[in-house]
Amino acid sequence: MAEATTAAKSAAAKSEPLFGKKEKQLITDPLYDNNPITIQVLGICSALAVTSLIYPSLVISVAVVFVCGFSSLITSVLRNRIPKSIRMIVQLVIIATLVTVVELSLKYLSYPVYKDLSVYIGLIITNCIVMGRLEAFAMANKPWRSFLDGIGNGLGYGAILLMVAFFREFFGKGSLFAGSPAEMKIIGPSGDYFINTMAESGIGSMFSWYSNNNLMVLPAAAMFLIGIFIWIQRSRTPKLVDVS
Amino acid sequence: MERTGYVVLFTLGMTVLVALLLSALFYGTKEQAAINEDVFNKRAILGAISDHVEKDVKSMTDEDVLGIFNQQIEQVVLDMDGQVIDGMKAENVDMAKEKKKAEENRLLPLYVYNKQGGDKFYIVSIRGNGLWDEIWGNVALSNDFSTVAGVSFDHKGETPGLGAEIKDNPAFSRQFKGTKIYSDDGDYTSVYVRKGGAKDPTREVDGISGATVTADGVSQMLYTGIKYYLPYFEKLQSGKGKPVGMLVK
Repeated sequence: MAEATTAAKSAAAKSEPLFGKKEKQLITDPLYDNNPITIQVLGICSALAVTSLIYPSLVISVAVVFVCGFSSLITSVLRNRIPKSIRMIVQLVIIATLVTVVELSLKYLSYPVYKDLSVYIGLIITNCIVMGRLEAFAMANKPWRSFLDGIGNGLGYGAILLMVAFFREFFGKGSLFAGSPAEMKIIGPSGDYFINTMAESGIGSMFSWYSNNNLMVLPAAAMFLIGIFIWIQRSRTPKLVDVS
Repeated sequence: MERTGYVVLFTLGMTVLVALLLSALFYGTKEQAAINEDVFNKRAILGAISDHVEKDVKSMTDEDVLGIFNQQIEQVVLDMDGQVIDGMKAENVDMAKEKKKAEENRLLPLYVYNKQGGDKFYIVSIRGNGLWDEIWGNVALSNDFSTVAGVSFDHKGETPGLGAEIKDNPAFSRQFKGTKIYSDDGDYTSVYVRKGGAKDPTREVDGISGATVTADGVSQMLYTGIKYYLPYFEKLQSGKGKPVGMLVK
């Protein structure tokens, strides 16, 4: 027993731990301190385009986590063999392949979601976060760490996406998770909405005066929201502010 | 810099590998994807008669949808003169392709739903242009060929929350129920989507704020789309046309 622990210890000392402090940081850093959207300011276009509803944002986030993680892994495995002169093209082929895999699987598993998102899924290929991580991290690091870095950045992107989508859907449409089986209609003028079911009979709809904010549905609202997030984040953590 | 030979070999190897992988995946999922698409389209057609089917269309299983199509729906294809084209099924008509043809050569798919209890509903498929791209839909007409029993719309790329409301907002399509496509004098008027609110609730519905162009597209699509079917409906009403119930499925 004691022998086994020493053996394990010496093995751990020689090779790096599978999930040590550095690895954990690779996942947690992109969630806040080095968020791809609010700090690196990458992947903005899709953050504006897909975030009008939570459910599609969730699907896109999962897809980006998958594509980002596995493209980092594959690129990192191949990093010493990829000819430097065509490395960008190789990275693009890897990303495009994974995106096509996502697209075909969605078509197979959930056709209505595929119909809703078909254009945006294809646009993951041009998401700067994915390629940015391949160039900046996966080309110079070992596979396992690159994989974690990809997953972390995908999650950081997804977290912002879901936050933006929550505010846009709630104030823009009065619903949450519209389009999914868990659709909730919260606040709005008609009897379809939860808030009006609480009205006592006779009074009818309490919130018939309420009108959803159409601005929140437009991409511009996502820009304001992301701007506000960046503002809040930097005032909470002043070290993130660019001195220049 | 690597030798050119290595670069070429690497590229070739990568391309072949990726091509093999993706085509294998494509052929592996093809069959199920085709079924999914078929059910998706049929569900949209049932959406136009959602009041008259037993279950909620959204919560139906794939088998429910296909079952209704097998047992209660007859499929007919018409030409622009209102003649039934024998031996064709409506589901095989690709509306996107038909829209590209010259107007007089188009084929018109018609679905006739036989409700339990004897009522018949005639579901026509229409297609037009929205703001960014094509929009399309299905309109169910009651037995009098004038009253709209329900509609369902879809679109390719309208703005979510604005133009996309024609599909996403059930309150929009609900307004069409009970509207009429003929005026009191018997002239064809279709149903009009009016910006700022319907003035004549029998033939107009409220528009969507912020989506005037899409709404105008819907009006235009309804007007021309339903008009194509009128020759056939007139024949049916005057008793000259082959009544659909006699057709072999």
